[in-house]
Amino acid sequence: MNEIIFFINKVLISGAAIGSVYAMGAIGVTLIFGILRFAHFAHGDMMTLGAFFAFALTVMFPQAGQAIGLPTGFVMLPVAMLLTAIIAVLLDKTFYLPLRNNNVSPVVMVMASIGVTLMLQGLIRLFGGIEARYFFFAERKDIFRIALPFEDASRKIVITEPQILLFLFTLFSVFAIHYILNKTKFGKAMRAVSDNPDLARVSGINIQKVTIVTWLIAGSLAAAAGTLLSLDVSLKPDLSFNLLLPIFAAAIVGGVGHPYGAIVGGYVVGFAETLSIFNWAIFLRPFRDSLPEWFELSSNLALVPTEYKITVPFFILVVILIWRPTGLFKGKVI
Amino acid sequence: MSLVNVSNLVAGYGNNAPILQNVDMTLQQGQIGVIVGPNGAGKSTLLKSIFGLLNIHSGEITHNDKSIIHLRADQLVQQGLAFVPQEFNVFESMSVEENLEMGAFIRSDDLSDSIDKVYGYFPPLKEKRNQPAGELSGGQRQMVAMGRALMSNPSLLLLDEPTAGLSPLFMEKIFERIIAVNKSGVTVLMVEQHARQALAIADMGFVLVTGQNAFTDTGQALLQDDDVARSFLGG
Repeated sequence: MNEIIFFINKVLISGAAIGSVYAMGAIGVTLIFGILRFAHFAHGDMMTLGAFFAFALTVMFPQAGQAIGLPTGFVMLPVAMLLTAIIAVLLDKTFYLPLRNNNVSPVVMVMASIGVTLMLQGLIRLFGGIEARYFFFAERKDIFRIALPFEDASRKIVITEPQILLFLFTLFSVFAIHYILNKTKFGKAMRAVSDNPDLARVSGINIQKVTIVTWLIAGSLAAAAGTLLSLDVSLKPDLSFNLLLPIFAAAIVGGVGHPYGAIVGGYVVGFAETLSIFNWAIFLRPFRDSLPEWFELSSNLALVPTEYKITVPFFILVVILIWRPTGLFKGKVI
Repeated sequence: MSLVNVSNLVAGYGNNAPILQNVDMTLQQGQIGVIVGPNGAGKSTLLKSIFGLLNIHSGEITHNDKSIIHLRADQLVQQGLAFVPQEFNVFESMSVEENLEMGAFIRSDDLSDSIDKVYGYFPPLKEKRNQPAGELSGGQRQMVAMGRALMSNPSLLLLDEPTAGLSPLFMEKIFERIIAVNKSGVTVLMVEQHARQALAIADMGFVLVTGQNAFTDTGQALLQDDDVARSFLGG
């Protein structure tokens, strides 16, 4: 029984947590690709930026959370999302719009976004330093240990408050995105621009406004994902670097330009990561005595060592591109 | 009074040599105008120039006596123009009804009357309202495309080869619908390959050859003109 609880903690809960972060990032990447037709490499840094905004606000108002019994970082999240969304629109106006107006090729846009990445990373290090920071410097991080009603279960299921908030927030964002894309005028216009930009233009859809709405959504989701991840672990300036590849893998796995695909892709990549670094030897240990003699049970039977977990999204990416190049949900071919 | 007026238009793609050379065209309110001519004559180019999609080198285009050559597409829709491209003219991943809603993006009032009106023109669309437009047949797609354009309540409807690739039976149906739309007060300007059938329903016909006006007259007069028949309509 303890083995199963260990599996739930290490694979299911961790996978769902990191998968939620990937999903929220991938929705933004996929929306931007759908509307503006370029891979936005600075997306990871918009996440870091959002998390830093939330952290700065937490430092400024450390008591804010106690009033309502939630972590201060989470209470500050809406403000951080708004700030990041505004920054995203400004980045677009300053760097990407002039290029679009000159009808540059998508590769030039991608290069520009890498430039924005480097700039944001520099700025974040300049103002935020390079050390890891913890949101819970003034308050306690609630960790729930749930005992299961089995006699032989001595271990407990462990879930942290930030993880619960992350799950709830992801659920909320998925429904919000679904509502926006299917029920609101601008959401439908976003789908129209993604489907057929030329026809959207001749239909009288104001592409500039749709673009702004897209950046607002992508920017605020990025800030939310970055903040919620940092709440659970820690905030480091290189947060984005470790997130970027899995997020792009998630977007491509789901089918680029397909928001629902991005959500599924996020969890596929998240669970694949935790499954491949899980130590499967744990499940074999109870049967140690009945194993054949030539089989010597090693202490670690993980598919991939933890340090190499970044290879997992790479592997998924390659498999998907060979097996189903347009992604699980038939997105656009890049 | 003339609803749309094109004078001395020189236009083309990008900064390349212009395709249209000093083209003139005038259409009165409530008329059906048909642009015909051999392949490469610049028929679609003229239509796209009116809708601001091409580079205009010189000349003037007015709508309701106001110049429209520097307007963006969404401003033109606001002015009462609507354009149906020849290809890729529906949002394939979106339902029929969502396609219609997208045509009304500039409006913020209630759309249900306009949607019912479109279903009145094109009854087959009503039962397919929730189906993705990409799953429809060619003829039904053309109906969605025209319906989408009508949703902005245009005074001038520009149609680029609305019957391209359709069977003769469907072509008849589409022409019949175009006449019905026109009767409701919408001026129609279209490019057509099926020159005889199109000129038969046209108030005004414009024959373009190599980017220049070759013949301009009423539809009936052009059909009976021996020169037009010999050089263009194939006897």
